Amino acid sequence: MSVLDSKIPSGPIAQKWTKHKNDIKLVNPANKRNIDVIVIGTGLAGSSAAASLAEMGYNVKAFCFQDSPRRAHSIAAQGGINAAKNYQNDGDSVYRLFYDTVKGGDYRSREANVYRLAEVSTNIIDQAVAQGVPFARDYGGQLDNRSFGGVQVSRTFYAKGQTGQQLLLGAYSALSRQISKGKVKMYNRHEMMDIVMVDGKCRGIIAKNLVTGELERHSGHAVVMCSGGYGNVFFLSTNAMGSNCSAAWRAHKKGAFFANPCYTQIHPTCIPVSGEHQSKLTLMSESLRNDGRIWVPKKKEDAEAIRQGKKKPTELSEDERDYYLERRYPSFGNLVPRDVASRAAKERCDAGFGVNKTGQAVFLDFASAIKRYGKTEANIQGIDNPSNEKIQELGKKAVEAKYGNLFEMYEKIVDDNPYETPMMIFPAVHYTMGGIWVDYNLMTTVPGLYALGEANFSDHGANRLGASALMQGLADGYFVIPYTIGDYLAEEIRTGPISVDGPEFERSEKEMDDRINQLINNKGSHSVDFFHKKLGKIMWDECGMSRNADGLKQAMKDIRALREEFWKDVKVPGRRDGFNPELDKALRVADFLELGELMCKDALSREESAGGHFREEYQTEEGEALRRDDEYAFVSAWEYKGDPGEAELHKEELTFENIELKTRSYK
Amino acid sequence: MDLTLKVWRQPNGSTKGKMEDYQVSGIDGDMSFLEMMDILNEQLIEKGEDPVAFDHDCREGICGMCSMQINGEPHGPEKATTTCQLHMRKFKNGDTIYIEPFRANGFPVVKDLAVDRSSFDRIIQAGGYISVNTSGNTLDGNAIPVEKKNADMAFNAATCIGCGACVAACPNASAMLFTSAKVSQLALLPQGRVEASKRVQNMVHQMDLEGFGNCSNVGACAEECPKEISLENIARMNREYLSASISSE
Repeated sequence: MSVLDSKIPSGPIAQKWTKHKNDIKLVNPANKRNIDVIVIGTGLAGSSAAASLAEMGYNVKAFCFQDSPRRAHSIAAQGGINAAKNYQNDGDSVYRLFYDTVKGGDYRSREANVYRLAEVSTNIIDQAVAQGVPFARDYGGQLDNRSFGGVQVSRTFYAKGQTGQQLLLGAYSALSRQISKGKVKMYNRHEMMDIVMVDGKCRGIIAKNLVTGELERHSGHAVVMCSGGYGNVFFLSTNAMGSNCSAAWRAHKKGAFFANPCYTQIHPTCIPVSGEHQSKLTLMSESLRNDGRIWVPKKKEDAEAIRQGKKKPTELSEDERDYYLERRYPSFGNLVPRDVASRAAKERCDAGFGVNKTGQAVFLDFASAIKRYGKTEANIQGIDNPSNEKIQELGKKAVEAKYGNLFEMYEKIVDDNPYETPMMIFPAVHYTMGGIWVDYNLMTTVPGLYALGEANFSDHGANRLGASALMQGLADGYFVIPYTIGDYLAEEIRTGPISVDGPEFERSEKEMDDRINQLINNKGSHSVDFFHKKLGKIMWDECGMSRNADGLKQAMKDIRALREEFWKDVKVPGRRDGFNPELDKALRVADFLELGELMCKDALSREESAGGHFREEYQTEEGEALRRDDEYAFVSAWEYKGDPGEAELHKEELTFENIELKTRSYK
Repeated sequence: MDLTLKVWRQPNGSTKGKMEDYQVSGIDGDMSFLEMMDILNEQLIEKGEDPVAFDHDCREGICGMCSMQINGEPHGPEKATTTCQLHMRKFKNGDTIYIEPFRANGFPVVKDLAVDRSSFDRIIQAGGYISVNTSGNTLDGNAIPVEKKNADMAFNAATCIGCGACVAACPNASAMLFTSAKVSQLALLPQGRVEASKRVQNMVHQMDLEGFGNCSNVGACAEECPKEISLENIARMNREYLSASISSE
């Protein structure tokens, strides 16, 4: 039997969560006051968890590396949040959201977790509205919806292109309320360095005060990690500059299994790379695919001419354009899931049809949307036979109302007006479905250590659908952990305060102390970014949108060599005491250099194509992903064995009782 | 292009700072301002000098972490743009650029260009929320209709990213635009009305405690705000504050 116990409750899927909530142990209010919980990260999962746990009566300590909890990268999510409200009366239901999410994840997620997510999704909207989150509304004052990739209903709630910001500020306000009550002690500009284990349980953390450089010991009866994803292993991604894997990776090295690290999401609509200086990539919301049509020229000569600036895209007639998503996937068209859209773009660019200087871009065109909206608007205004100019004018206004801020952002970065000429986009690393393995209670394989939001692996399988990340982060924090943590903490009511003076804390602090000294005293010849960029290139080339066995084997070797070189030759300026962002970056990159190898190892061991993981050896004759359910319908959970390359694989078999495994088709 | 940078260097909050001159070359118009700063820092690290510390995170203009007073203006010369979204095509070869931290009593310097803006957090903690527990057992989202006009105004106020440009732009270092954006957002929504009068009094009180100055209707805050938060919010906050102060309990 596997060492992994997912603790999925028995009974029919629709009753599992209700039953589980009734069966779970409770901690009485007087005892909660004597229990300390540490929360790492203040994004949607972290803020909502910290606020909820504090409201319940636990003493919470929350940590974020930014200068304020409101900066966490959830803030950058643009498009929206899914919920099975069925306000549009288009046949949506909890079951359909569950079904779409499992199918979208290419049948590599755990049914029970996904069902619970769909079930609590509706509460999130109610909760956010009650907190004053200003969702988009129609003229009747009712909440508005839009549709997103991979589904055929409109269930996405939004606040223009800033839904993540509004939801995060809602959670931040709930957190602020608890800080003002003294129930949450907030530690800004603090980074978790390590977890501390005492007698086989997670009992606290070592944190670095990023302003003074001091290491601090903090104890707690449980630690809740909401530290986000690890997309920055690729150097270039849509993640924030500070987003990192260190909290998760440290926990992994102390016994938390890392699940499906190779499942990374490459988002299809990002602004293409402009040059060597590039420090990060910018996403253009997937909602743009509702109205934008993706194309490249049909003829290579035209693509070549556009690349050299000899031809403009607007000069190409309709039949000279290849709307390749509409051609390949007529039923979903431009709204296929992210993994499918990204691979299709790569396929066209690899075949020589790319449209920018580097040949790594495709067009996202709003001309027909402008025309369509313009005509509708003219009808509304009662204009008979409107002129072309009038249609253009009205249509541009309508498009601006919907996507104005995104168009502005594009123009600022690229210096091109997307109302007049099609946008150029290319896929970029955006989200990581893999993460720390958790059971149904969101507890990791380390007792007392939990992982929420993007930091865990549980709900999105091998590919996440748009507008589902916000849903999962808030579901985990507001509605799951407040219940499930009680099951563990009920056994902790007699523990009493945990001292930070024990040998375990001392040992962990010493280890981190040595690590920092080593980096500062190294005095090598290359900056941290030099190594990070090299790692990013290896990962993007060999473990990016498509992978193969030879490439992955080579990548593992290269990463190991790069890691050795890093420790020999990295140069970290400044001192260890005081504010030193370069030192903090070095500590993060050191962990990425280990995680990268595990990602390649995981990708190598998964001999199938599923969602974001595309193995060139496993594809159909038409170039579609070939899943191998007989052999690979399991979660790969890796146990650390002293070196990332030596990690040991544990399998959690996935059983599908409610959804039939099918080849995913969007044709 | 080649540029001369005059950058504020200050080791920490308790040591005096001064401007230092640096040269950077080979700057491309497609780079963002922070990518230009990255190049400067790479140069400094190569030479074994201490790189310039500055706050930044999302580099998409939404997290509010980047700051910098560029040629005397918070977030530089381009309207409605954060420093991370400011691109070097706005500058010319040979330009001299002055780069300083946001300056205000409420924003003590941490190092170089990074300042401590936790005063903003404390203003929100004083009342910038609706007192509802996170149980999920609230009313259905559509049970509280919100007039579209008010929903849109509340949204516009809520887009504040808490960067502090308003304070840095103001000759009085006033935090009225920041505070009023949150007061307005919640005052415009039916859910927020319940606590409106206490909220505005508590938040204004905290704002004063943090050492931010008063508003004297200069309007530089709204002019420099990267999210174009409107001055109307200050007017609304004043109205809310006044009526809260004269109404009897």
